[in-house]
Amino acid sequence: MYTQALDIPQQGADKGPKAVENPAYQAEFDAKIDAGGYIEAKDWMPEAYRKTLVRQISQHAHSEIVGMLPEGNWITRAPTLKRKAILLAKVQDEGGHGLYLYAAAETLGVSRDELLDALHTGKAKYSSIFNYPTLTWADIGVIGWLVDGAAIMNQIPLCKCSYGPYARAMVRICKEESFHQRQGYDLLLTMMKGTDEQREMVQDAVNRWWWPSIMMFGPHDKDSVHSGQSARWGIKRISNDDLRQKFVDATVKQAEVLGVTMPDPALQWNAERGHYDYGAIDWDEFWNVVNGHGQGNVDRLAARVKAWEDGAWVRDAALEHERKRAAREDQAA
Amino acid sequence: MERKEWPLWEVFVRSRNGLDHKHCGSVHAPDAKLALQVARDVYTRRQEGVSIWVVQADHIVASDPDAKPELFDPAEDKIYRHPTFYQLPDEVNHM
Amino acid sequence: MTTPNPAPLAAHLEYVTRLGDNALILGQRMSEWCGHAPVLEEDMALGNMSLDLIGQARMLLTHAGKLEGQGRDEDQLAFLRTEMNYRNLTLCELPNADFGRTMVRNFLFASFQVLLWERLLASHDSELAAIAAKSIKEARYHAQHAGDWVVRLGDGTAESHERTQAALDYLWPYTAEFFVVTPSDEAAAAAGIGPAWSELEAAWEAAVVPVLNEATLTVPARTPFKSWGKFGRHSEHLGHLLSEMQYMQRTYPGAQW
Repeated sequence: MYTQALDIPQQGADKGPKAVENPAYQAEFDAKIDAGGYIEAKDWMPEAYRKTLVRQISQHAHSEIVGMLPEGNWITRAPTLKRKAILLAKVQDEGGHGLYLYAAAETLGVSRDELLDALHTGKAKYSSIFNYPTLTWADIGVIGWLVDGAAIMNQIPLCKCSYGPYARAMVRICKEESFHQRQGYDLLLTMMKGTDEQREMVQDAVNRWWWPSIMMFGPHDKDSVHSGQSARWGIKRISNDDLRQKFVDATVKQAEVLGVTMPDPALQWNAERGHYDYGAIDWDEFWNVVNGHGQGNVDRLAARVKAWEDGAWVRDAALEHERKRAAREDQAA
Repeated sequence: MERKEWPLWEVFVRSRNGLDHKHCGSVHAPDAKLALQVARDVYTRRQEGVSIWVVQADHIVASDPDAKPELFDPAEDKIYRHPTFYQLPDEVNHM
Repeated sequence: MTTPNPAPLAAHLEYVTRLGDNALILGQRMSEWCGHAPVLEEDMALGNMSLDLIGQARMLLTHAGKLEGQGRDEDQLAFLRTEMNYRNLTLCELPNADFGRTMVRNFLFASFQVLLWERLLASHDSELAAIAAKSIKEARYHAQHAGDWVVRLGDGTAESHERTQAALDYLWPYTAEFFVVTPSDEAAAAAGIGPAWSELEAAWEAAVVPVLNEATLTVPARTPFKSWGKFGRHSEHLGHLLSEMQYMQRTYPGAQW
């Protein structure tokens, strides 16, 4: 994930990829995409491709770091030391994923500070799922199972996306992500073998998280604004509805093994389609949360802004110390 | 004091003895010491490495993607550099 | 060399419990940072250090449970004791406050832990020696990482210097407790379990003072201030930390997680 700071001889001043629209470059770019090749940071790319990638990758990065908060809410209350370690390692992984993704976005000529500023000022979006509250310990298991499960469905195809730095970040993320889903399911299995109270807690968490999870795949294909162009560019490889169906199909069996029911009476096998049918998604709810009216929107963002602002003196001090140290070194030399 | 971002460092990890260091990502850090430490914390959490290099990103000099044809195409027809170019009798073909 | 007398179990148990509780309580405190650090990179670093400490706590409390012989496992010890039965240093339970105080605390404590683990490598308690062999590497890294930060912050901007000095002034009095002589320490030392912590004072000062000097910080003078966490008498902060940490085990007695 080398970056915009990377210097190319004779081209030093031009930090970003060449933005000039040029038919010859465009043809070369299109041919590379069509052949399933990779675009690298310094290659020519259409400006719209670059912008779309910056938006998509940074939204994904923001989602990872905002996503640390709902689960982080339970680290200090984890019921056993083993679960505490697992959860902390998992939330820490999410920070790592955010970091890999910011680095991938930075190769496109934006800085992490600019991206964070867009998050902090509300200009950038992150996945709405993280605006829902984590109310009981079972939520930690259900987030691993359903939310991470849905995320993996979305992420695996991106390991082959056309932008090299993004694809490589996704390969690393997906490797780490499979532990997340499994630990969540394992946590729930243990609870389901416990007391009635524990089983009720799991069912309640499933009731609250099921619909938000399947909303994570985004609007239906017919209503999705960016899908067509993104598919053409190879940065979105499978449609929202196809991924959602895949997720639903995979999850029903897992719910059976676990012994929970999904809060959707319309959920049933359709032999003709070879898939599970599911009920109508409440898109008003989805858009309300996307547009800032979810229970957690304000608090999540405030927590990120506070961490950033509280840390400003630390970041400044480190730079100042290095400046002093280098100056002393120069003087000594 | 003008607020600015910590510099970016590229991270190269040797996954085990005998292998090359391989680029695996980047980190922001104010100095080389912390760059190494956080590279360790970010990129070797799952025993991915036995050695780390960090290089400040703007110290890397890279080839120009536009120069790909003149840099790399001339190697294309030097097929005699590759062992498979030489057909040897079966009895000695493991050479 | 003469064979040391076996320590009375109480002293041995107390010694191991103290080590375990230090790791447990500071690990819990540091885990509060997760998602709230000044930069993402430091979130990762703090997470790793917290995980190291929680790992140490698990090994030490498991070992303590065996020494105790009442069938209590790491979780029963970690979550189901009453406040006075925790034997951690008071320093470990103090709130994180800002990043400066967190780093100064980590530095003061990890430097002490390094010295302890070094001596415990030769413990006659082979289990403890094995835990020391694993933990010393972690403690060295923590001391290095935190010590570097103390220097950056102490010798950084005017604001960071002021904050870091304030953190040191606040924390320093609590470090006297590290070296207070306890009867169980002497018994444990006599039995070859581990050093009396009071023996480590000079080496600890020799380790931390040069770094504090490099950080341009003033090392506070010793005052009559005393704290007694390792004797089971804590600050007001521990009760709140425990009520949060113990919440699940207290609310759902006997449940498996």
